[in-house]
Amino acid sequence: MPRKDPITGKLKWYKSEGAVAVYSALISILIGMAVGAIIVIVVGMSKSNISTSGVWEGIKLVFLGVFSTGRNAAGQLTFGFNGVNIGNMLFRAVPLIMTGLSVAVAFKTGLFNIGAAGQYLMGTMGTLSVGLWLGWSGCPKALAWLCAFLVGIILGALWGAIPGIFKAFLNINEVITCIMTNWIAANLVTWWFDAHEMFKNSAEGGKVGYIIPLKQVGVVTPKLLMDKIFAGSQANGGFWIACIIAVAMWVMMTKTTFGYELRACGSNRHAAKYAGINDKKNIILSMAIAGALAAAGASLYFLSGNTEFYWSTYQKLPAEGFNGIPVALLAANHPIGAIFSGIFMSMMNISGLQLKSLTAYNEYIADIVIAVIVYLSAFSMLIKTMLSKRIKHDHGNVNAEPAPAADKKDEAAGVTETETEKGGQK
Amino acid sequence: MVFLLQQMMLYAVPLMIVALAGVCAERSGIINLALEGIMIFGAFMGVVFVRMFQEGGWTQDQGQLIMLISLLLSGICGIVFSMLLAFSAINLKADQTIGGTALNMLAPALVMFFIYMIVQQNSMGMVSGGAAGWFMIKPSTFGYPKGYSFGPFLDFFINKVYLTTYICILIFILVSIFLYKTKTGMRLRSCGENPQAADSLGINVYKMRYLGVGLSGFLAGIGGFTFSMTTANMTSNGDVAGYGFLALAVMIFGNWTPLNIAGGSILFGLFKCIAATYSTLDINGDGVFALNEIGISPYVYRMLPYVITLIVLAFTSKSSRVPKAEGIPYDKGMR
Repeated sequence: MPRKDPITGKLKWYKSEGAVAVYSALISILIGMAVGAIIVIVVGMSKSNISTSGVWEGIKLVFLGVFSTGRNAAGQLTFGFNGVNIGNMLFRAVPLIMTGLSVAVAFKTGLFNIGAAGQYLMGTMGTLSVGLWLGWSGCPKALAWLCAFLVGIILGALWGAIPGIFKAFLNINEVITCIMTNWIAANLVTWWFDAHEMFKNSAEGGKVGYIIPLKQVGVVTPKLLMDKIFAGSQANGGFWIACIIAVAMWVMMTKTTFGYELRACGSNRHAAKYAGINDKKNIILSMAIAGALAAAGASLYFLSGNTEFYWSTYQKLPAEGFNGIPVALLAANHPIGAIFSGIFMSMMNISGLQLKSLTAYNEYIADIVIAVIVYLSAFSMLIKTMLSKRIKHDHGNVNAEPAPAADKKDEAAGVTETETEKGGQK
Repeated sequence: MVFLLQQMMLYAVPLMIVALAGVCAERSGIINLALEGIMIFGAFMGVVFVRMFQEGGWTQDQGQLIMLISLLLSGICGIVFSMLLAFSAINLKADQTIGGTALNMLAPALVMFFIYMIVQQNSMGMVSGGAAGWFMIKPSTFGYPKGYSFGPFLDFFINKVYLTTYICILIFILVSIFLYKTKTGMRLRSCGENPQAADSLGINVYKMRYLGVGLSGFLAGIGGFTFSMTTANMTSNGDVAGYGFLALAVMIFGNWTPLNIAGGSILFGLFKCIAATYSTLDINGDGVFALNEIGISPYVYRMLPYVITLIVLAFTSKSSRVPKAEGIPYDKGMR
């Protein structure tokens, strides 16, 4: 609970609400990884082809997979700074951060954006088509990059606005419209690429069914030092762009009137309306922003140049769209937090790939760990309460005579905090 | 025509079962976003049980019995899995969408992990034979020779259908009776509308919500098994083609009432079926594949179920009625 420093009257940073939220997220992560380790042990015991050292290696990779540098000559696992792994981790984090932001912004407005997958696909379509087309037409590469990025974002925003319009004017649950628009987008995108032979990669053998990667026309995101730091990896400037967008979202949500209106609609749509806020406009804009963010994730991912898009996607939605939900949850819908939780999620993906290539286990352990962490984040209230009690207890020992009035005040603060939390969860 | 109707049922049956599963949970006040995850888990466990029977020496003649037992067992596994959601949503009063999302992620991860561990590939099917050979009701099930016809009317009901179609109808009747005609069912619904009032009348809200989620898990597990049997040839690959989410949509579409849900899932099933079979669809039996000859892109047909749902929703939204206490954790101290 918020405790004030008796001398300065300010919150001690390590006891503030935000710090407690971070502690509880870290505890969830530790427990999740421990569960992953337990599964590694149990499965290792029950399978005859996995030795004790194999189990130990599995556990090490669950925790430190991203620092793995393969095996040395003696067949031992080695660890250290692996620029390729860490660079790839940051590269893969970009779409996760962006879809996480998309879900988080919608959450703050009281909307559950389960349609990030469709918005992501629309962004993919816009970026790839415009990027390739402008690339061929011979317009300056930087301009082509910008147009491809913007068209992707605009398509995503328009696509995201559809559930918003349904919600605002017809009061239809956004979950159902998001699911429907996801599948409509999947079909539209497949239809678009199916009808336009010029975008298909028919030159390279083994790439049939894929769209031509943007590096062939030179419309790619500049590296912005990332290739110097993480040589050999796919990391590029897209990561910095994602970070800037996340900070911009944080500023928008917390420091502007518009952000305040969005949050007011999220806490109580009717009260916001009563206060003179145009709730319909805000709901539509919030979904449009969410759509734009998800699409920006797709744009940045494909503008890296060497990522391939499998265009016949009408039966399968991109996983990035749904992985945005756990990213947002783990970050407690905080835009800056989404950067870290996005990086964490992609770190677990890298660990999973290391497990697959170096041991008898497979990459799905990482997914299990993430799922457990998300499940535990549902308990975050419980963990937070326990942590706060502990902090309170410590404080009591230091100041042997707490003033009764201050104590009451704290309790009152505690109550309001839990109440606002509940309000936020609705 | 018979073919079209039977195909339609293939798509509509799992949807209907799972949408009814959703109703059981939502009427008790819990948003069950985990339907997709429970389906995936149920489908996987179903395949595991069928494999166990096959490895245990059961033969094709006992197909219907194997199916029934596996169906029940995967339903029970669905209950066990759904209890994770119930615990976080009821006891810990956590956000229900988070719990549901977690289960939706956990199910495919667990399933894929174990499939890789068991068969070292990315999907697991039956040990031998296929779903149609083992579990489909056909003339030979009744001792008639292959290719025998019962006449157009009987053919629809007992030729080349799965028993799950009838189980689905039974589930529909039972759920309707349970929710509207039994004491427990009405109590369960009251917990989804006004749990405080229900509690004041001596109804145990926690128990009722556990019951709702448990029932939902059971039905979703069965639905997952049905999906994997009828449309995926009894294989499990950690995916049910978004059917859990579609069922959620059908449930909202059907306004949380069993009858409307049945109608909604049949409508949806019809369009899904047209999308899947339009190129070989012979509606009036004159040998002309009319839909194929119009020359409309197949993607239009594939989009149709979703577009139609959106349009129908837009026109019927005014009468939508959500359970009032849905999604709100029950706290005794709150008024």
